[in-house]
Amino acid sequence: MPLIRDNDLVAQDPWVRVDDGAALPEDGTPVIVSLGRWRAERETLDGRNGRLGVVLKAGDDAAELAGDLERLSLVALEFPKFSDGRAFSTARLLRGRYRFRGELRAVGNVMRDQLLFMHRCGFDAYEVARDDALEAWTGALSDFSAWYQTAADDRRTAAQQRGECAAPPLSQSRARIRANAAAASAPPAPAVSCCAGDWAY
Amino acid sequence: MYQYDVLDRTIVAERVSQFRDQTARRLAGELAEDEFRPLRLMNGLYLQLHAYMLRVAIPYGTLSSGQMRALAGIARRFDKGYGHFTTRQNIQYNWVKLEEAPDILAALAEAGMHAIQTSGNCIRNTTTDQFAGAAADELEDPRPWCELIRQWSTFHPEFSYLPRKFKIAVSGAAHDRAAVAVHDIGLHLVRSGEGNVGFRVLVGGGLGRTPRLARAIRDFLPKRDLLAYLEAIMRVYNLHGRRDNIFKARIKILVDSLGTEEFARQVEGEFRAMHEFGYAPETSPAEIARITAQFADPVHKRAEAGGETLDRQRAENPDFDRWVRTNVAAHKRAGQAIVTVSLKPVGGPPGDASAEQMDAIAELADRYSFGEIRTTHAQNLVLPHVREADLFAIWQALGRHGLATANLGLVSDIICCPGLDYCNLANTRSIPVAQRISERFADAGRQAEIGPLAIKMSGCINACGHHHVGDIGLLGVDKKDGGEGYQMTLGGRADEDGALGAIIGRAFSSDEVVDAVETVVGTYVANRRDGEDFTATYRRIGAAPFKESLYAADQG
Repeated sequence: MPLIRDNDLVAQDPWVRVDDGAALPEDGTPVIVSLGRWRAERETLDGRNGRLGVVLKAGDDAAELAGDLERLSLVALEFPKFSDGRAFSTARLLRGRYRFRGELRAVGNVMRDQLLFMHRCGFDAYEVARDDALEAWTGALSDFSAWYQTAADDRRTAAQQRGECAAPPLSQSRARIRANAAAASAPPAPAVSCCAGDWAY
Repeated sequence: MYQYDVLDRTIVAERVSQFRDQTARRLAGELAEDEFRPLRLMNGLYLQLHAYMLRVAIPYGTLSSGQMRALAGIARRFDKGYGHFTTRQNIQYNWVKLEEAPDILAALAEAGMHAIQTSGNCIRNTTTDQFAGAAADELEDPRPWCELIRQWSTFHPEFSYLPRKFKIAVSGAAHDRAAVAVHDIGLHLVRSGEGNVGFRVLVGGGLGRTPRLARAIRDFLPKRDLLAYLEAIMRVYNLHGRRDNIFKARIKILVDSLGTEEFARQVEGEFRAMHEFGYAPETSPAEIARITAQFADPVHKRAEAGGETLDRQRAENPDFDRWVRTNVAAHKRAGQAIVTVSLKPVGGPPGDASAEQMDAIAELADRYSFGEIRTTHAQNLVLPHVREADLFAIWQALGRHGLATANLGLVSDIICCPGLDYCNLANTRSIPVAQRISERFADAGRQAEIGPLAIKMSGCINACGHHHVGDIGLLGVDKKDGGEGYQMTLGGRADEDGALGAIIGRAFSSDEVVDAVETVVGTYVANRRDGEDFTATYRRIGAAPFKESLYAADQG
């Protein structure tokens, strides 16, 4: 399965998904287990000499992992189908409320037209079941260059850009917007500046 | 009125390009219909019985004259020369070709409009009082908040794949003309005990097959907390709303099953956590000030009360007098008035307007109302800021275009969904029944004598015609014999005194239904006491007298 992480295709995914009941690898291979298995075999898993990840199904409650997140290097959230958007909120909770800083991976039915929203909600890795995964990713992230809402990413919102334009002299705020655009983690989509045009037309 | 800046224009233009690409891939066969469907729905494009239908957003029902002309142009170029104004303050075109849809969206973008999120399981067009900013009974203009919500909800990364569609309404007046109690979230601007203005927050209202009036979860929310509180509600709903059954997926069912208190507790918990851990969205005072400044209060330089001239015009023209009584409302400024243009001519399809009529209204708006027009959820149009002294000229001009029907709020001002003539969900036709009812009550004198009365009709249980909240509600049902039937409810209303109508008895056939409406009207008129409205009479005498007069023949 092609994996996109940090804006690039990952040649070899180090993580192994271990089904409930299947044997754990003997070596230190990083493993992803279900929430149920994590709860049932916490001590065994903790005692392994390898990184740990847990996959949450769409109905699983992120709060159940709240106390464990320091011990987890990865949380995977499953998208069962295009229309099921629960994982977007789970991602926001993990990043916002529970301060999870590890890898947040989208798995399951990960569609091209949802990648931008996933990125905005705090995902940083995506299992994309298509041959042109990297092209799909790049295309999806360049569909839009301005945003209205604050989310889990660091894109400047329209309101923030307008606020910057209103206060300091034009040249300064332009420079700051450019700096912000350059600092953004996403592929460099051309940031639109509200200073570039008149306000009313 | 709100004017797009370069950021707003960029977002809408990028959406047009994105959809053009998706449509091209669909037409080339690269996208299957089931892959394309959710994408086109989020651009307001439905596949109906005979053609594609495009639903265009009119955010909070406010239009400029230029935008109205753009809508007229689209009606001419891409449809059969008319458009249909809906109960969501939007406009629909019923004869759209798929390959032309991206061009329509581009034409809309030129005029600062779009069809974003007019369908799909996302946050839909926010609606409000059609008299916002003009009404005499208003605490504050709700439109800046509606625009803030429009921006916040547009392509919201977290809330675009909800369990079901989601509708928000805002009202800023004492009398609720926005029907906030039948929305997923209803916001009512109120003043606190300390004198601050904020929101009363209601959740879980809606019609459809499980009609509910919204329940209050916050009596006073400070303005600065609006977006954070909305996100808290949406997050609880997105995570816990049912997804296994489309008929139980609206937020009203979640509020029912958790109970209002528990639902409120979860929302408040998330709201507090957002602030504690620093992920609450900011309701930026600078941004709301920027938006508010664009809804400046238009004031006529020489606002003239109608005075003796208006009195004389009314005395000499009984038709004009009748129109002033029904279609003109009090403006907050002396000498100004609010005109509602009825799109319910006798025998016409409710809510339809021809391109010529749209152009005529745009012209009148430019000349008399600062270029501003509103759409109403009752499917009429409004010129919100006219001088009393201009009323007679406006009425005459409207008359030349078949737009001077004096029936606002009367028995022939029927709210009606498109029904089986267009919609592939409908059980029955709606428009022909509405036409027959309005023909039965065509006599203007008789309508005036009956007084205010709301008939609302839906062609199926999805209740686009809001039948549950009509004085008389009509719901299209399949009859056992295979014919079209109409189930009647009585006693509903959608304002601050909200109530859901009760089913009166067996459904009526298409042949019976107009007589049945007339029987109910007759029973009301015969029983009402000095000036009572329908609700008051119905609540006083109960359903029994109506039942008796409707079903007397069944007993025999």
